[in-house]
Amino acid sequence: MNYIRTLGAVSLVYLRRMGVMGLFLLKTFFYVFVPPLKFTRVLKQIRFIGLQSTSVILLTGGFAGMVLGFQGFYSLSRFGSDAFLGPMVGLSLIKELGPVLSALMVTGRAGSAITAEIGIMRISEQVDALELMGLNPYRYLIVPNLIAVVISMPLLTAMFDVIGILGGYLIGVKLLGVSAGTYFGEMASYVDMKDIMEGIYKSLSFGVIIIWVCCYKGFYTGIFTGFGAEGVSKATTQAVVMSSVLILLWDYVMTSLLF
Amino acid sequence: MITIDGLYKLFDGKDVLRGVSLGVKKGEVIALIGGSGSGKSVLLKHVVGLMKPDRGRVIVDGMDMSTLRGRDLTSLRDRLGFLFQGGALFDSMTVFENVAFPLKEKTKLNDELIRERVFNELENVGLSGSEYKYPSQISGGMVKRAALARALVMDPEIMLFDEPTTGLDPVIGAAILNLIDSCHKRLSFTGIIVTHEVPKVFDIVDRVAMLHEGIIWVDDTPEKLMSSSEPIVRAFVGESANSSIRHQSGNTVVPQRSQGEINEKI
Repeated sequence: MNYIRTLGAVSLVYLRRMGVMGLFLLKTFFYVFVPPLKFTRVLKQIRFIGLQSTSVILLTGGFAGMVLGFQGFYSLSRFGSDAFLGPMVGLSLIKELGPVLSALMVTGRAGSAITAEIGIMRISEQVDALELMGLNPYRYLIVPNLIAVVISMPLLTAMFDVIGILGGYLIGVKLLGVSAGTYFGEMASYVDMKDIMEGIYKSLSFGVIIIWVCCYKGFYTGIFTGFGAEGVSKATTQAVVMSSVLILLWDYVMTSLLF
Repeated sequence: MITIDGLYKLFDGKDVLRGVSLGVKKGEVIALIGGSGSGKSVLLKHVVGLMKPDRGRVIVDGMDMSTLRGRDLTSLRDRLGFLFQGGALFDSMTVFENVAFPLKEKTKLNDELIRERVFNELENVGLSGSEYKYPSQISGGMVKRAALARALVMDPEIMLFDEPTTGLDPVIGAAILNLIDSCHKRLSFTGIIVTHEVPKVFDIVDRVAMLHEGIIWVDDTPEKLMSSSEPIVRAFVGESANSSIRHQSGNTVVPQRSQGEINEKI
């Protein structure tokens, strides 16, 4: 009997947290459309989430494309289909790897920092100070991040795709001898606008997940996680893990819906 | 101006506040004293609506803080000032930006007027010359004074101080209390000071309320509290006073400092 009671109590705690998390997202969307918009803060966050993530995106995109070039060529040549290396690299990057890997990179680089920043503001009562000045913390801390990520994520993903395709070209064409015309020609024939849009939709929704989870974890530091530095570190770890898992889960859902 | 009526608050099944009732008249400043963990800061956070009571009400200028929402709550908060225990300055902004922040966000003043107001306020709290330093570059006393300047820059009608002298040495603590007193004389706000600084705070308040076991144990003038025979009050006030006297009598060595040195430090 006690076991059932404990299970019920734990379930209620998690249900409540899920409710709070859902309301957090709804409130954030609400304040996106309620002026005034903190424009300078949006620009600052675009710089932080977007511009400052480009180097890591270009690096990982390039290597992901190069690996795809090797693996794709190896698999396709066993069936005598190495001419399809271009479409394989292109479709894999544009539909899957580009959005997913970019999102994971942004989670690790920007998402964790956002959680830590908001978490420290929470435990040092800076969020309370904002509220007591009659200023809405959502408008100042959360909304600029959401707008910034919605603008930055598709662009970062596009960069990842382009550099990845060039990485695949480097390996497939320059190293393994596939003709450049075949690589790009077949890619142009098999990749259509629908595939590109699928990648964009995915990157947008992954961006929302990153900001939702990372801001939520920071905002509730000391309430749902421990206090002090340990609380911030816990919140940051949880934010990165939860965002990454949700990105992969949501990727499955979107892929099955858009298939 | 502030009426707290039968306030109850539970944390993890423990009742921190068990029916607190307290009133503060317009222009009056009271000290809220009590042991560590007695719920003083919790009570203060109920007054500004950062916490909601489990039972009871907090009425500020005729409005019930527990039911106030949206624009009504915002417009009431515009009339409040709150000095946090740790200052709660925005650590990515300079002292100037911190003090200017509420003016920029809540008023239509132009940059020149904002600059003038901020410099004035910083001068009032003795922080001229530190305008462009970050909170991490100044001392604890200076952080408290910058936070005080930020809280006062909007000319609040009600000021709440959450342990304004905690973590500061006795000399700097006394200087902060004097600063609060001079600000009160200048702005005539209604105030509650949560503090352990007994009996020093008695010089600057009209009344003292002592929170003990979740209720207001005593609510009286500083003079009557000092002469109280109530054992709990004696234990708290007497011990604090004795420790303060021990400090001054030389049992504990407090280095002699010039006023210039003190100003520099705080």
